[in-house]
Amino acid sequence: MKESNQGLSVQHLLGIKDLKRNDIDLILQQADLFKEVLSRPIKKVPSLRDVTVANLFFENSTRTRLSFELAEKRLSADVVNFSASGSSVKKGETLVDTVNNILAMKVDMVVMRHSAPGACVFLQRHIGASIINAGDGTHEHPTQALLDAYSIREKLGSVEGKKVVIVGDITHSRVALSNIYCLQKLGAEVMVCGPTTLIPKHIQSLGVKVEHNLRKALEWCDVANMLRIQLERQDESVRYFPSLREYTMQYGLDKKLLDSLPKKIVVMHPGPINRGVEITSDVADSDQSIILEQVENGVAVRMAVIYLLAQSRLHKH
Amino acid sequence: MGQITLIDSKLLNLILDRLCYQLIENHNDFSQSAIIGLQPRGVFLAEHIVERLRSIQPKSTILYGVLDPTFYRDDFRIANRPLTGHRTDIQFSLENKHVVLIDDVLFSGRTIRAGLEGLLEFGRPQKVELLTLIDRRFTRELPIEPNYIGKSIDSYDNQKVKVMWKKDGGEDKVLLLTESDKQ
Repeated sequence: MKESNQGLSVQHLLGIKDLKRNDIDLILQQADLFKEVLSRPIKKVPSLRDVTVANLFFENSTRTRLSFELAEKRLSADVVNFSASGSSVKKGETLVDTVNNILAMKVDMVVMRHSAPGACVFLQRHIGASIINAGDGTHEHPTQALLDAYSIREKLGSVEGKKVVIVGDITHSRVALSNIYCLQKLGAEVMVCGPTTLIPKHIQSLGVKVEHNLRKALEWCDVANMLRIQLERQDESVRYFPSLREYTMQYGLDKKLLDSLPKKIVVMHPGPINRGVEITSDVADSDQSIILEQVENGVAVRMAVIYLLAQSRLHKH
Repeated sequence: MGQITLIDSKLLNLILDRLCYQLIENHNDFSQSAIIGLQPRGVFLAEHIVERLRSIQPKSTILYGVLDPTFYRDDFRIANRPLTGHRTDIQFSLENKHVVLIDDVLFSGRTIRAGLEGLLEFGRPQKVELLTLIDRRFTRELPIEPNYIGKSIDSYDNQKVKVMWKKDGGEDKVLLLTESDKQ
């Protein structure tokens, strides 16, 4: 492995858009090392012994929150958790006040999930700690994109030159946007697929292909990333598709469709899965699916991000 | 001030042979032993030693692994450059083994301390020994001493020992550089 004397070029991980190709490569390389650590009998290293991380989740999460917490603990960082329900946010405290109060207790790093797009960028202007975006509204979810890229690289050898289709609710998905940036920076071709109503206008300006026919999209790709319908983010007064059943018939991936494709594609899903909607159970549990590998890799990738950001913060001169 | 050659390739060859026979004296057929090279620079030396041991004793199976001490270092906050890690590859348990830890240059002893901590994650060895090609005497910051020494030298803090290997694209030799020569 090449010896690198350079750390990350950024102090925060707000989105993949701000990262350079070198940063992504460095994160994936470090994640390899942490994946080895996670395979040991004792899955823990003492690197971040004196670093305190606050996990601020203003929005619900299972996987991401557990994954971040495990990553922090495997690096021996001290962890404090916060969720909006049952906190003073309900009493009308502002975001900056809430976070500053937490930082007054000497916290070095903040992992934040928030329903407002750009919440992390806003916070970064007001506080001194390193910030990791764990999902901000419909904007970005950078660590998910990094672990998706890591999983593709692990399964197919590299991301460069691969064809990846992202299927589903592109408009309301932060995973889609981060994935598009990340995969393109690593040299992959990206296509989005879904009903016209769930694909943003002008998305072609990001350099992605658009396809409305699922079969055609799957025949083109090496990897299919199946997204969930983000019902909680959709405007209730707008009907994006006639019914869930019709969506499933047009854009759901079942075993019959998967087996009829000319080549064996890799199936991914960022979770949580709505079985029987965007993907059937037999596809989710098939040997072409790497859904659980994605979850496993998530811890190693987040360890890499936290470790590198902690260093980047110490070497900002 | 110029650079001084501490060990040329001929002498290095003799030293490596001597170190191998010293190891065999204490470890016999290596059935209860394991050799661990410390990343990044100790691995070149460790590979040389293991290759030689295997050619001297073709019948014995020698367990060999590489360990990266980066995540156990104590200078995470004060290092003048980011500490990015290297590959660790130990495919066996170190429980009850006689471990020989190998690094090229012993200076402050801090890398070895980090290495020892990393080592214990793979089991509790019966015994751990340290082999080093160059022992820079009187520079220790921790009570760590090698069991097998290629060559002991006395040097100043502003000097640097550079171990070069053919495998790394150079020539097999060891140089002593002073501050002004450092790149």
